[in-house]
Amino acid sequence: MTLIVNKQLSSKLAPGHSTCAGCGIPAIARTVLGATDDPVVVVNVTGCLEVTSTLYPYSAWKVPWIHSAFENGGATAAGIDGAVKALKKKNRIPEDKKIKVVVFAGDGGTYDIGLQSLSGALERQHDFLYVCYDNEAYMNTGGQRSGATPYGADTETTPAGKKSFGKKEKRKDLMSIVIAHHLKYAAQANVAYLNDLKTKAKKALEMEGPRFLLVLQPCTNLWKFPTSQYVNIGRLATETNFWPLWEYFDGKYKINWATENPKPLEVFLKTQGRFKHLFKPGGEKVIAEMQKEVEENWKRLVNFVEV
Amino acid sequence: MINNSKKIALTGGAAAAEALRQINPDVMPVYPITPQTPIIETFAKMVADGEADTEMIEAESEHSAMSAAVGASAAGVRAMTASSSQGIMLMAEILPIASGMRLPILMLVSARAISAPINIHGDHQDVMFVRDAGWIQIFSENAQEVYDNTLIALKLAEKKRIPAMVIMDGFQTSHSVENLEILENSAAKNFVGEYKAKNHLLDFEDPKTFGPVSLPNSFFEFKRAQAESMDGAIGEIGEIFGEYGKISGREYDLFEAYRLDDAEKAIVVAGSTAGTAKVAVDELREQGEKAGLLKIKLFRPFPYDQVAEVLKNVGKIAVFDRTVSFGANAPLCGEIIQTISTIPNKKFTIQSCIYGLGGREIFKEDIKKVFEGLSGDKIEGIKYIGLK
Repeated sequence: MTLIVNKQLSSKLAPGHSTCAGCGIPAIARTVLGATDDPVVVVNVTGCLEVTSTLYPYSAWKVPWIHSAFENGGATAAGIDGAVKALKKKNRIPEDKKIKVVVFAGDGGTYDIGLQSLSGALERQHDFLYVCYDNEAYMNTGGQRSGATPYGADTETTPAGKKSFGKKEKRKDLMSIVIAHHLKYAAQANVAYLNDLKTKAKKALEMEGPRFLLVLQPCTNLWKFPTSQYVNIGRLATETNFWPLWEYFDGKYKINWATENPKPLEVFLKTQGRFKHLFKPGGEKVIAEMQKEVEENWKRLVNFVEV
Repeated sequence: MINNSKKIALTGGAAAAEALRQINPDVMPVYPITPQTPIIETFAKMVADGEADTEMIEAESEHSAMSAAVGASAAGVRAMTASSSQGIMLMAEILPIASGMRLPILMLVSARAISAPINIHGDHQDVMFVRDAGWIQIFSENAQEVYDNTLIALKLAEKKRIPAMVIMDGFQTSHSVENLEILENSAAKNFVGEYKAKNHLLDFEDPKTFGPVSLPNSFFEFKRAQAESMDGAIGEIGEIFGEYGKISGREYDLFEAYRLDDAEKAIVVAGSTAGTAKVAVDELREQGEKAGLLKIKLFRPFPYDQVAEVLKNVGKIAVFDRTVSFGANAPLCGEIIQTISTIPNKKFTIQSCIYGLGGREIFKEDIKKVFEGLSGDKIEGIKYIGLK
């Protein structure tokens, strides 16, 4: 049984990749791609997944795959979508043949350098699924802050020090930016909840037009925790409301997991080296600010649902 | 007698669009920039009228236009775009990715100055800036050559799996109406044929990985193979010119050697200024001067051996560059210096001339003056033609 499951899991992304021990990115890629039986073309922007899966002359990809550059995941997918549409128009492939174009990109390639390309592709309503695995910093280059890095985090370019508590700015609200493009489906997921991710990926892959998944991916290197802990830490992100699971479909918001009593954010923060400095004297103010942000974001989300 | 063509008056931009209509590319991602817009607007109207059924992608930047062209071309279809100036600068990152992945994308270029200061007029700074991007580059003198080169370059690009730029002078060629002959649709379509990609992303039976990571143990070989393939394009284009000559009646070569046979002095130039230079050469010839012209068409790959062959007896050469390489030889002049260095037992005089930056006019008299200057014994440094 385990063997069959493993075979299925690795039918599109083989085990021969070289991601770090304790990295959830392959689980994200496999779960998303496992949610469809249609032929898939994968676009991978520069980042951890790309660099660990295609070391020439080897490739871990058993589906067609392209890496072009860092900031052009949306545009590359747009070109492939254009090609599929052109071939259908010219009857060179059957009109009803379903081909899924799936982009995998990290937060750097999505929130920051690739935002324009993503925005253009969303606005033009290309037929593709964009999956951002969000580990909250530039991890392929060793841990520099990105637009996804939370307030208060210690990174290589926002180090905590005698006069600094780490990153001084809040995370970019990427989901709102994406949703502002009038797309049908967008969802926030978490690698620690693979069933939820699978359901969302399946839903998204069955639709047409632009779809977007933002998946939290706790990174053992940046976040600094033991490699065995990524699922537990991912769970704490959701249980503290730091990373709620929710989706947007046809103008309606839905929260997929909620608790009456969310855990205090501290429980999540103290598991990770990147927030260690906040547990020294003076850090309580920053933690209070972070807790406030979490609560405000949650309230806003709940309001969307009620509206 | 060739009877499968018709005469028509078009701007260079519209001539390019006419060739595109006949090619009917599968995907055309575009982003507007002056003076490229006549190409994409004319073609968009053709698509709107059902004269072509290309999938147009109105990208949000040139970077994305070229990225989408890469995606489409990797998916195995004919992908083309058009650009100019800052647009080419913005897509510069993706140009070597297209050539490195061996994707035969065709780009029409309406060549223009680059900022700062901003200037929307013609020169060759943009295309010279990306001359090492691994793209074939073909210059066109007029609307006729824009049309012809578009068909020829596509065929060469697809045969060699190297992307190609067809270059016209911004405004002088892109916006000037000229008479030209275009092939019948069927003749043009037959010439370019159907495109079949060797490898592509929609092959689900035998999936391919495009753009993998290559470390020091393999990267060098990739680049060497690319360089070798580019060199080989010189021979291939000769064959394609021959084939094109048969159907069009227009015989082309890697360059145009105009009254060079017995020339004692010559100028070398690319683009629309060659037309003006021909008039200057004719007038000088009438006065008994042994003047000639070498019009560069294929700039990448650069046909060193063939150029050496036609320049070997010309002692005095002025090279006209419509760009500037700050602190170094201008690009075309550098290539000519390299070329003559391979010719044994002959002393050459080379005059480097920079002209036409940011749309500055150049006149027949300016060119004649340069020829006059070549008669003297002393060559000054770089001549800036038409500088105030």
